[in-house]
This record gives sequence, C-alpha cells and structure tokens, in this order.
Amino acid sequence: MPDKPKVAFYWCASCGGCDEAVLDLADKVLDLLATVEIVFWPVAIDYKRQDVEAAPDGFIRVAFLTGAVRTTEQEEMAELLRRKSQVVVAFGTCAQLGGIPGLANLTDSKSILDEVYVHNATTENREGNLPAVTSHDRQNELKLPWFYNNVRTLDQVIEVDYYVPGCPPVPAIISQAIHALLSDSPPPKGTVLAPDIALCEECPRRESKPEYLAFKHFKRPHQVLIEQDRCLLAQEILCMGPATRAGCDAVCIAGNMPCTGCCGPTGRVKDQGAKLVSAIGSAIDSNDQQEIDRTLDGIPDPVGTFYRYSLAASLLRGRRPSARTNPES
Amino acid sequence: MREQQSNANSASGFEPRIVAFFCTWCTYLAADLAGTSRMKYAPNVRVIRVMCSGRVDPQFVLAAFAHGADGVLIGGCHPGDCHYQEGNYKCLRRAELLKRVLQEFGIEPERFRLEWISAAEGERVRSVINDMVKKVRELGPMNRGSAGEDIQSQRQAFEEVTT
Repeated sequence: MPDKPKVAFYWCASCGGCDEAVLDLADKVLDLLATVEIVFWPVAIDYKRQDVEAAPDGFIRVAFLTGAVRTTEQEEMAELLRRKSQVVVAFGTCAQLGGIPGLANLTDSKSILDEVYVHNATTENREGNLPAVTSHDRQNELKLPWFYNNVRTLDQVIEVDYYVPGCPPVPAIISQAIHALLSDSPPPKGTVLAPDIALCEECPRRESKPEYLAFKHFKRPHQVLIEQDRCLLAQEILCMGPATRAGCDAVCIAGNMPCTGCCGPTGRVKDQGAKLVSAIGSAIDSNDQQEIDRTLDGIPDPVGTFYRYSLAASLLRGRRPSARTNPES
Repeated sequence: MREQQSNANSASGFEPRIVAFFCTWCTYLAADLAGTSRMKYAPNVRVIRVMCSGRVDPQFVLAAFAHGADGVLIGGCHPGDCHYQEGNYKCLRRAELLKRVLQEFGIEPERFRLEWISAAEGERVRSVINDMVKKVRELGPMNRGSAGEDIQSQRQAFEEVTT
C-alpha cells in the first residue's frame, strides 16, 4: 500500500476552536484518518517540535496552521512547518485575517502586559513584575518567547498556499477543502476555499431584505426581540452579511443572531471593515449631519464591529503605532 | 506646544502629501477654475478625479493613508446639487462613519476632510487646500512606521537577550 499523505496541524495565537472544528467532522474524522496520516498535532497527539525538525524538508504534504502570529515561538513554528511542508493552509479566521487576537493591534504589547500584570483590578503586583524573556529560578535559566507589538496574519509571516475561512470553519467547508487539496487537480494557489459570494446571497432570510435599506437607529441584539424570519438589517440590527463571504451555511442567522463577519471579505475586497463602513454608512436614513451622527451613536464600537476579525489584515493593520500606548497606563 | 511642533515641522522641511478626490462635476471644475484664474495654492495636493464623491469607497481613503498620504480630502457638490441626485449624501453618511473609525485608528480629524465646493468656487478650492495643508503640516507626518521594520527590530532585541 502506498504511503498515505502526511498531514500536520499546529496552533499559533488560537483559542483551539479550529482544532475542535476538525473533531466536529464527527464520524467523517474516521474517513479523514483513513486517507491521511497525521504526523504532528500538539492538541491531540504526542509528536514534538524536535520530531518535525528531525524529518526531511517537505515531508509533510499539507500543514494546517490555525491562529494569528504574535510571539517568536509562533513565528518559528510557522517558519519550520513552511520548510517541512509542500502545502501550507491558513486554517480559520485568525490565521487568514488575524481574527479576534488581531484586535490587539489597537494597542501595543507594553500596554497589554501592564494591563494584565499590573493594573488589573484583581491582580496584586506591587513590584510591577512583568514576564521576562529570560529569568532564573535557582540554577535554571528559564526562557519565554518574545511578545511582539503586532499581531500578524499567517501570510504576513510565511508564504501561504490556501485559506480556509471561518471562526471556526464549518464542517462542510473543512470536508470540501480537504477533498480539494488532496484531489489530482488542486485549486490555484492563493485560493480561499469557500464560495466567493456575499453571505446575503445564500441567507435564508434573503427574500425579506429590502431593496433599499434605511437605518434610523441601530439596535443591538440584547435590546430587542428579534423576529425569526425577517432580514436582520431590515430590523435595524447590524448584520455583516453584505460584506462577508458565504459558505458558513448561515449558522448564526439560523440561531437568530446577526452575522459578525468571521468568514472575511470576498475575493475582490481589500479591507472588509471599509466595505462594511460603505455598505452600512450609506444606508443611514438621513441627509442631515447631526441626525446622521445621532444614528451613528448606536454603533458604540465601530472598529470592533466592522473589523472584528480582519483588523490585522486590513489596509492600516491597526491603530497608528505612535498613537497606541494608552496614556493612562 | 503646537506652535513649537509646527515650527519644528516647517524647519525640518516637512511637506505634507495630501490625496484629494474631486468630483468631476463640481469640485474638479472649481480646481480648473482656480487654475485658469491663476490662483496660487499649496502644491501639496494630488488630485484624483472621480465621477462623484459618492464613488469614493472608504477603501480608497484607507489605501491613501496606508500608502503614505498625510491627509485625504474629498470634494463634492453642495447638498442638493449632486449630478446623480444623492451621491454626495451617501458620501457624507459614509464619511461620518469613517471619521469614527479613523479616530480609533489614531488618525487626527484634521487629516480627513469632506468639503462641498461648487464649480464656481475656485477661491474655495484655494482656501480649503491652503488651510488643510497648514493644519496637517502642524500635525506632522503620519509616521505610520513600517510593521516589517518594527518586527525586525524586536526580533533583534529578542535575539540579543537570549543568546
């Protein structure tokens, strides 16, 4: 029997949800295991970094990397797996676009460490001790990875061949992606392995989306009883469907919650947040500057709303570095 | 403080680069008029003609900042005068939302401006551009720095500590 293609999974700045998503394939996981051999997956099996380092370059057919890149360790692992793999897939929103960790690009590493280790209300740290790259405990020197100022997407660190979007990717997308990758005619390099249309196109509430949207107010999901089968935008609830890639089976909409944009932009869009600013902003039902501003007060966190998953991949990649440090800390 | 900063900026020879999107029906004609009337204004503005201020995608503004602009100016027809009836209103609504986003990105409000300038207002093109150039010069360069350089210098610091 010929060798099965070798596959690796690794997590960088990731919550582990993407690894869960692979297990969510349920019984299909067994089909997956019948077709591939998993050689490295820290969350599930016991092979170490040294094992990967010892193997020849390119011995892995496909490496799936989840999570954004924030530390030197994650950077090193990404570079190592790039060397050892024929194909690298950015798996999940964080690897593709920075995801939720990417929102940290609104501030810098110093402010984050200060907030977590010094100023946190439930932390007592009178000496102001912060994690150090090197420290000594008795005779032993201890080392920690460096915590970069910026969160980066995987393709800002290494060359990436394919992207699987979603937070986390839904089982249907994962199955299709794995089949596409192992087929004899794989898609062109750089492909996002999901449909290249906006979520509104495949939304079950599509019929009730008005031709012209007109927002007088913005309502947040906890403030109203959301109707089950009417377009959420028609109910003045912010839904990111108009500028978010489809393929997720509209699971959030099915749960009566608006889309938050996790599958990222469609192929022709460079900056998902800007596109949402365009789509939502132009639909405000007023021509008067003050009235427009009053309506906009209903969006308390514009960057967190429109760039929730894509800040690290956006045109500006985050807050201007010189304006990041919080003056209060 | 502002004044010191401003003096420092003009002493260091900082000249802001401003990208201007002018609608072809009003503001672009006004800029033409300013030219044929031989009005002098600051040469810091690179004008890009668009069919309508409503055509200015927020991505254009962010791309300009990302590629080194120190300021972005949009010029459109006065309210009610849009050649396409309500393109300038769409621009206004988007701009109001974009301002809030830019603020969170740490970009000062003076760096992004939307102005209504009709085809007859050549003088206004001059005064708006001069005023904006002055204000942005006072603020100084965008200094976004490059993420790549930042990563490299931190990586170096890390290697110095660990080896």
